[in-house]
Amino acid sequence: MSARKLELVCPAGTPAAFRAAIDAGAHTVYCGFNDETNARNFPGLNFSRDELGASIAHAHKKGAHTLVAINTFPRAGAVGFWHKAVDDAARLGADAVILADIGLLDYASKKHPNLRLHLSVQAAAANSDAIAFYARAFGVKRVVLPRVLTVQEIAAINRDIEIETEVFIFGGLCVMAEGRCSLSSYATGKSPNMNGACSPASHVEYREEDGELVSRLGGFAIHRVGASEPAPYPTLCKGCFEAGDYKGHVFEDPSSLDAAALIPQLAEAGVTALKIEGRQRSRSYTESVVRNFRKAVDDYAAGRPVVAGALRDLTEGQTTTAGSYRKTWR
Amino acid sequence: MWNSKDIPLFPAVGAAVLRFAPLTPLSLAGAHLVKTLIRRHPSLFARLGEQADKTFLIDPTDLPFAFRLAPHVDAPSLETVRREDAGAWDARIGGPLAALLGLVHGVYDGDALFFSRDLVIEGDTEAVLALRNAIDNEEIDLATELTALLGPLEHLAAAPARRVSSLVGSWFGVALTREDERHA
Repeated sequence: MSARKLELVCPAGTPAAFRAAIDAGAHTVYCGFNDETNARNFPGLNFSRDELGASIAHAHKKGAHTLVAINTFPRAGAVGFWHKAVDDAARLGADAVILADIGLLDYASKKHPNLRLHLSVQAAAANSDAIAFYARAFGVKRVVLPRVLTVQEIAAINRDIEIETEVFIFGGLCVMAEGRCSLSSYATGKSPNMNGACSPASHVEYREEDGELVSRLGGFAIHRVGASEPAPYPTLCKGCFEAGDYKGHVFEDPSSLDAAALIPQLAEAGVTALKIEGRQRSRSYTESVVRNFRKAVDDYAAGRPVVAGALRDLTEGQTTTAGSYRKTWR
Repeated sequence: MWNSKDIPLFPAVGAAVLRFAPLTPLSLAGAHLVKTLIRRHPSLFARLGEQADKTFLIDPTDLPFAFRLAPHVDAPSLETVRREDAGAWDARIGGPLAALLGLVHGVYDGDALFFSRDLVIEGDTEAVLALRNAIDNEEIDLATELTALLGPLEHLAAAPARRVSSLVGSWFGVALTREDERHA
């Protein structure tokens, strides 16, 4: 017996990773411009206008789609920079843009009525009323759901809305109400939601001290790990701190999402597309993860069992979790 | 999928022999290699942006020397240095030679090597990320780049150089071509 085929939405931080994603079986690739209009604004990463145009053409030739993430919030006085990103994505033939800001959604819907709009996870639309508003007001066709919902809640949302839903299936996790993180801003003066980089590399320092790897962000020591322990990303939300009598990961464990085992339940909950996180990762990561999940999606569609848990070595903390989909934590 | 136990170390005997190797010829070849890379991969330096002004210590921890990379557009260099003579650098990237070559060839993921502690970075993290991302995008094959040093003889030398690279690589447990990395 065959089941509904899910769309696999895959990350690309460079043109080489983009090609690797397509070759590995991505139905759709998402990427961003090399500036602060996208939420993975890291040095050496992302696409020039020419690179994006060539990549979109390559995707279309291979029968795949390209989504352009313009999902940070425009700075006051610099809105035109974000408008231009939307205009350029439309001109270059993007199949959709992923937006979060209400003003930018309004601009895109009026200026480019034929451009498909997806609502970014950064918009944190986590209930059917909020999602229906975006659909009604701007013609949004798909919402990327925040990583705070259970499978049952996702099913309830899908029963109430008329647009597509996309959920994260693999990669880094973020514990904050998405799109509203102030931790990185506090430590570095740079906002992940405005400047596009959580824990900007310019403020990160690693140093070996007394046999431990010490990570600092904006001068704050946030981790000390021994020689045999896995190293985490230098993000405050996954830092190890002392609070009262407690010492540990106060906000969130350095663990990554792997919901491969939940693919059947997510499909039954009405989800249209599965998203892999990791535009900041290498083409090796992209190739491995996309190939693995394409097989999982195909196996599910063909009624075969889905094999999960093969990608642990690629993940932060080298441990994985089903995240909010199976809410078991305190 | 790999894990740390799969990353081979350069043989200790080979490393002991290299301890006495003259470094000047390696530095001369390195300078030539970087200049050729600039010519053949201009987008690598475009991607590096202002980070191209930084100096990197590329430190294969299983070799008795390291490489001081200055990808400065006007005066690029790749100098082979003893660690005690490395001088000032902005960023250090350390790990087994095979891991570093695997990064160049796009077979390993830099973040995963960092999580597993197979890769160590120090100093200017922004510069490290820019270099890692710029190299990852270029789909570099080291054997091809070395053959390109021969200029007009490149096409004649390509096939034999690839065979020699595979042979030398297999002796020392490191892959010197992208093709060998895939089969490792």
